[in-house]
Amino acid sequence: MIDLHVVDLSRLQFALTALYHFLFVPLTLGLSLLLAIMESVFVMTGRTVWREMTKFWGLLFGINFAMGVATGITMEFQFGTNWAFYSAYVGDIFGAPLAIEGLMAFFLESTFIGLFFFGWNRLSKVGHLVATWLMALGTSFSALWILIANAWMQNPVGAAYNPVTNRMELTSFYDLIFNPVAQSKFVHTVSAGYVTGATFVLAVSAWYLLRGRHIEFARRSIAVAASFGLASALSVVVLGDESGYTATANQKMKIAAIEAMWETEPAPASFTVFGLPDIAARRTRDAIEIPYLLGLIATRSLDTPIPGIDELVRSGEQRIRSGMVAYQALQTLRRDPTDAAARATFDQHAADLGYGLLLKRYTPRVVDATAAQIRAAGNDLIPDVPVLFWSFRFMAGIGFYLIALYAVAFTLAALRQVERRWFLRLALISLPLPWIAAELGWIVAEVGRQPWVVDNVLPTFLGISSTSPGQVWLSLVGFVAFYTTLAVVDVFLLLRFIRRGPPPAPLTIDRTHAFARPGRRGEDRAHAQL
Amino acid sequence: MPSYEILRVIWWALLGVLLIGFAVTDGYDLGTLMLLPFVGRGDAERRQTLETVEPTWEGHQVWFILGGGASFAAWPLLYATSFSGFYVAMLLVLAALILRAVGFNFRSKLPHPRWRSLWDWVLFGGGLVPALIFGVAFGNLLLGVPFHLDADLRPIYAGSFFGLLRPFALLAGLVSIAMLTMHGGAWIAYKADGAVAQRASRAVAGAGVALIVLFALAGVWIAKGVPGYALAAAMVHDGPSNPLGKTVSVRAGAWLANYENFPRLAAVPGIAFVGALLAIAFARARRDLLAFLASGVSVAGVIATAGVTLFPFLLPSSSNPGSSLTVWDSSSSRLTLFIMLIATVIFLPIILIYTGWVFRVLRGRIRLAELEPHDGTY
Repeated sequence: MIDLHVVDLSRLQFALTALYHFLFVPLTLGLSLLLAIMESVFVMTGRTVWREMTKFWGLLFGINFAMGVATGITMEFQFGTNWAFYSAYVGDIFGAPLAIEGLMAFFLESTFIGLFFFGWNRLSKVGHLVATWLMALGTSFSALWILIANAWMQNPVGAAYNPVTNRMELTSFYDLIFNPVAQSKFVHTVSAGYVTGATFVLAVSAWYLLRGRHIEFARRSIAVAASFGLASALSVVVLGDESGYTATANQKMKIAAIEAMWETEPAPASFTVFGLPDIAARRTRDAIEIPYLLGLIATRSLDTPIPGIDELVRSGEQRIRSGMVAYQALQTLRRDPTDAAARATFDQHAADLGYGLLLKRYTPRVVDATAAQIRAAGNDLIPDVPVLFWSFRFMAGIGFYLIALYAVAFTLAALRQVERRWFLRLALISLPLPWIAAELGWIVAEVGRQPWVVDNVLPTFLGISSTSPGQVWLSLVGFVAFYTTLAVVDVFLLLRFIRRGPPPAPLTIDRTHAFARPGRRGEDRAHAQL
Repeated sequence: MPSYEILRVIWWALLGVLLIGFAVTDGYDLGTLMLLPFVGRGDAERRQTLETVEPTWEGHQVWFILGGGASFAAWPLLYATSFSGFYVAMLLVLAALILRAVGFNFRSKLPHPRWRSLWDWVLFGGGLVPALIFGVAFGNLLLGVPFHLDADLRPIYAGSFFGLLRPFALLAGLVSIAMLTMHGGAWIAYKADGAVAQRASRAVAGAGVALIVLFALAGVWIAKGVPGYALAAAMVHDGPSNPLGKTVSVRAGAWLANYENFPRLAAVPGIAFVGALLAIAFARARRDLLAFLASGVSVAGVIATAGVTLFPFLLPSSSNPGSSLTVWDSSSSRLTLFIMLIATVIFLPIILIYTGWVFRVLRGRIRLAELEPHDGTY
């Protein structure tokens, strides 16, 4: 029997460690590409200020990168330690993109980050630039494969259930990697990372300018951040819309819950800007609505209705009943794999097996579920509506705000007037916003997936390991204490190095040929002393 | 597409390749950290020691991550059962790996001696704990682990963390520590200079002798004491991956069956011994590169010995031997194994090429006299 206490603890631990990991990931994604851009300018122009910029932002990048990698290992461990049944049930599909991520991306970024820091005196200018680009490429590829894996949990394509091995097995690798959800998630997420990197550079540089320090350095950094940030901020929102569109096709409940839309509206549905979702009464009070907008965003048409929560629960109950038939046939097949009639029944209802499994929360045998239990399992299909409703609105609000901020930043940078104090202050206080939006985005995506760990296939509560609550308590408390300590040290070091700022460097031009290798380190020092 | 049987054997071998890749590369990083407080006296020597591994440990660690990812993809039941069963041990490894990562990065960022000394000991732990636990884990594989699979193939683990600390498993932990200390010492001797390299090469000899003695002891124990696992009847090699329904017998000496059937396999542990002997001899002669290479061969031999001894078992169950995971009944589907093989054939050579290039770029010793005044950039 499933220990629901372990389910809740395991979910809490996964959410906390994932949200924590995701504090570092977006900055790694954004800064690595910004470093590559800055260093490219250095190699093309020979102006040493661009090298100093690369090195200084690279130093901050390194502190962040170490935390990102370290907390990322936790994520890979945790599927096995806390979600063993999930791992065994879908590892055949889900494990592949994770392993390919290691082969194709993680090796690349982790190997070349070493050369980024230790290669300045050992590589030619172009050689070092190549290392930096490979590192940046590695981080974005890494995001691609992780999001392919995640997209499969949202939209499990290219796989089928095998009764003999009692697990999902891959049927089409092509479908897995070209999952439409993966495409839209990838571009949405990496763009959000780029905005985070840009905002970090923008805010820290604004602080220098407010203090009247490192003027040249900060101006140039803002110029890069403004243009890169504007392009990224636009693409986050545009591609976020793409995410919403693809989600409509396969996760209707997620869309309905984000909208707190209890009843199906006639097409085209209106978009609720504000309202107070009331779960008990199953309605949303004091709603302010924009007519037609949701229909346009979600279906890109004027005549496709979007089903409301109540309707989705009713159709879910039908699928639960069908899932009970599938489960019954499966038990027969396990006793006698040659039973053709059971096989035919199972194949007919196999798509609803996951819905049958929802009943395991109420009755381990599934097939003896009462009408009340089926109704309860149907209600379980509704994710946490207020959390989704508000997370989505704050995330989207920040997205639009950042577009406005970057439009202003870009205009001022183009007019060479970034040193307006109101703008610098605004840029500085905007620093936390991309992180808040990124965390809310994770919440929308993963809370919106509930009650499934793999949409329509495996309920979350079945995915856990056979660990005891005591063990999970131990690890959860350990993580909170350990991660809090690390966060304090990390922020302390970041602030210290930000305060210290880049080393004072005269504006010079490095005319060394781009492909010339610097001398050995001893000779360098000898030159410096001359 | 190759047959299911061939793909399973290939993925068994590839899992070994990844583990050996991890032990031969990141293994010397772990060994270097275990030796850090002893070969480096004073901050300058410690920085010199650390700088021998700082540029590359991050890449090496990916061998381990990839080993985890590959077992997830190719042997999902193995990944699920071992990670959840070894829950507390895995979290300890995780904590050590996280501390190692931030330790490398944070240690030299502040000048205070107490700050640096604190991180030096954290880094020492970051080397020791994974080395010990990986060894103990391998010891437990040979002893068998108390788990069974229910009718849904849900792995149910009946042991505890302290249950892992059985005498033979602890011996395996010591083998691992001796092996990686030897390997780390050989690396420092090759990569540093002066007193640090001198002390490290002495450590190679000491750890090498310990490895030979402990590894031999483990071998005798396997032959005489530790009950081995054997399939009671031949299994089909291309059947569906469902470990239930087979019969497994447990008796002393059963782990020697592969060596009895194929006597040439004795060469595998032989390589481990010869490599260690050569590493000691070369270290004494200060032929540092040769000592490092010999030590790497020995490490590969030790890990391959564990794999060859266990084959076809991946994770034997002591409480319900029929639930044991083997190469023939706990892999991914044929399609997944095939696609992952293609991905590996494409990317593994590329990884080896650029890793080799980075190794070349960073060639040369880290000389104490040339250590840059540390400005905390890394």
